Amino acid sequence: MRKITKKRDGIHLDRRSFLKGAALGLAATALPLKKAEASFWESFFQKHFKEMNDAEIKQVLGRLEQEYEEKYKIAIKVGNEKAIPGVLFGYGLDLSRCIGCRRCEYACVDENNQSKDPQIHWISVLRFKKGEKWVDLENSEKYYNPELVPEPEYFYMPVQCQQCEDPPCVRACPTQATWKEPDGIVVVDYNWCIGCRYCMAACPYGARHFNWAEPGRKSEEINPKTHYLGNRPRYKGVVEKCTFCIQRTRNGRYPACVEACPVGARKFGNLLDPDSEIRYAIEHKRVFRLKEDLNTNPKFYYFFAYGV
Amino acid sequence: MGNLIRNFFIALRQIFIGNRAYYLWVAFLSFFIFLGFSAYLDQLNRGLITTAMRDQVSWGLFISNFTFLVGVAAAAVLLVVPAYLYNFKPIKEIVLFGELLAITAITMCILFIMVDMGQPLRVWHILPFIGAMHFPASLLAWDVVVLNGYLAINSIIAFYVLYRLSIGKEYSMSVIGPLIILSIPWAVSIHTVTAFLYNGLSARPFWNASILAPRFLASAFCSGPAIMLILFQIIRKRSDVDIDNKAIFKIAELIAYAMAINLFLLGAEAFKEFYSGGVDSYSIQYLYFGLHGKTSLVPWMWAATIMNTTAFFLFLFPKTRENFTTLNLGCVLIIMGVYIEKGMGLVVPGFVPDALGEIYEYSPTKSEILVTMGIWAAGALLYTLLLKFAVPIYTGKLRFETTAGKA
Repeated sequence: MRKITKKRDGIHLDRRSFLKGAALGLAATALPLKKAEASFWESFFQKHFKEMNDAEIKQVLGRLEQEYEEKYKIAIKVGNEKAIPGVLFGYGLDLSRCIGCRRCEYACVDENNQSKDPQIHWISVLRFKKGEKWVDLENSEKYYNPELVPEPEYFYMPVQCQQCEDPPCVRACPTQATWKEPDGIVVVDYNWCIGCRYCMAACPYGARHFNWAEPGRKSEEINPKTHYLGNRPRYKGVVEKCTFCIQRTRNGRYPACVEACPVGARKFGNLLDPDSEIRYAIEHKRVFRLKEDLNTNPKFYYFFAYGV
Repeated sequence: MGNLIRNFFIALRQIFIGNRAYYLWVAFLSFFIFLGFSAYLDQLNRGLITTAMRDQVSWGLFISNFTFLVGVAAAAVLLVVPAYLYNFKPIKEIVLFGELLAITAITMCILFIMVDMGQPLRVWHILPFIGAMHFPASLLAWDVVVLNGYLAINSIIAFYVLYRLSIGKEYSMSVIGPLIILSIPWAVSIHTVTAFLYNGLSARPFWNASILAPRFLASAFCSGPAIMLILFQIIRKRSDVDIDNKAIFKIAELIAYAMAINLFLLGAEAFKEFYSGGVDSYSIQYLYFGLHGKTSLVPWMWAATIMNTTAFFLFLFPKTRENFTTLNLGCVLIIMGVYIEKGMGLVVPGFVPDALGEIYEYSPTKSEILVTMGIWAAGALLYTLLLKFAVPIYTGKLRFETTAGKA
């Protein structure tokens, strides 16, 4: 069950841990010794992603693969597949089908290398009581835990990054560490984010998540097929978010959540392709987008394929 | 130039000279700085998990303090307005201490931002040219510009005035005048931009109200001068600096007007939110009455409202305003009241309920409180040292010979 850790660790001020902290703190701020040094400075002086040429990006990807291998003791491939011209990704979610099983939520975690301790989930499935007010989300329940789903008196609405065409988070970021790619995916450069969390305040969908601690994930749980702007392992102190599984979708695959859905509630495709499934849904079903009044223009469409 | 540097160090030496009480005070502050620093090292080590902030409430005590201190920095300099516009001499003479307070408050603001960052080493990414400052789109980039500009303006004014005083000359208004005039709108701008930082987010209805920037300014005009009033009394007691009672009472009167406006704006906001009662009023309901049984901020907010109202009446009547017991009581009430209102009372309800309707009750951890106290102690130490440096020059105890107009 998804529970936010509310552990309030006090700080330890005995001398030993203070000295250890001081040493580590100094190591982090001043002069890192040993062989990590070169990598540390390379990473420190890494340029903004959009200002690097292909050769520089290749070098960065190589360095990251090396760092990850040292850390996780497995080979991790960091790709940089570019956006395919003529593609604008869009997502559809059929609320009349969703049964609230959260398989999408966990498939997402498996695919995208989120921290498991503390837990980070890019998808939140909200549960609402039928017949009650639900548009303002205030009566939603995220931590429901029944024996079986669906529960007859409830309905469910999964929420993840809505991939806005006019994303408030991108506007808010003071360092341009997050931007919208040509195929419409909003991405974060985990090597450029300063961790100020202004984007989290700006996001109307709770789609941005912060690494409050060093991401905790065992080596055997790592998905080694990654993308620089997507599911590569993250650092503590940076923000992350759903990327429509950029590492899959730019290679012609569906996002993990679409594949995991047991009832086919999730649709995905190219909004610019008139024959795509997502275009069919938008043109033939009763669609709406979350918090449309904010003019963020999400590319995430909720719809009702049939009445319940 | 050589002389100037040498004289600077002679003046700097003043900070090591003091009586027993001074050393005790410095030691006392250093103790809290040490505690805060160790807590921060632990945070650096383990990440911001040491705080009570989480994805739902992603800003907390640090940003609250930042917001409050921007107001202090702004208001300290706004004392310049009556001083120069009306040539009110008693205040004009003490503007320097306001500027030193502004320097201190901005430094503390920067520290609070630094400790709130997940990746403090990457701070250079926010700079123009060498980083990738997202200007003008991001309001946080604006804040970096105005805060650093403000720090620079006030540092230049304060050190120029001190330099002229140190060689026994009146400072020339033709040099400093334009900067002083510039510092007035700039002081307004730092608080306005900080208000817009919250104000511009349509995702957070509690902040997305046009009354926010005016309220920020009104409350800053209360808390900043209230801090100044207490500092003035300490300064004149512990040094040879003479501060006229007239200046103090005049500032107290200004506080009364500012508080009247602040309370009026609060009332205007409360009316709109509670009378119309749409879904956007959940945050203010949470703040003053609690939501779904979650009430952690309620007692604080009512305490703040009572403190601010009481202080308003204390400052309104000349009888209580010109009595140092009630005056100081009023100052303390205002500082606490505005600290709650413009600190946690502003930042936290923006996140409650969160974007998906969840209510996460934030209350700071011991680690957060220690870091916060450490920064306050660092601020107090910085102001003490600045005074130690400035007061002997200001009172004329420290004078340097000038050789043929060169220094």
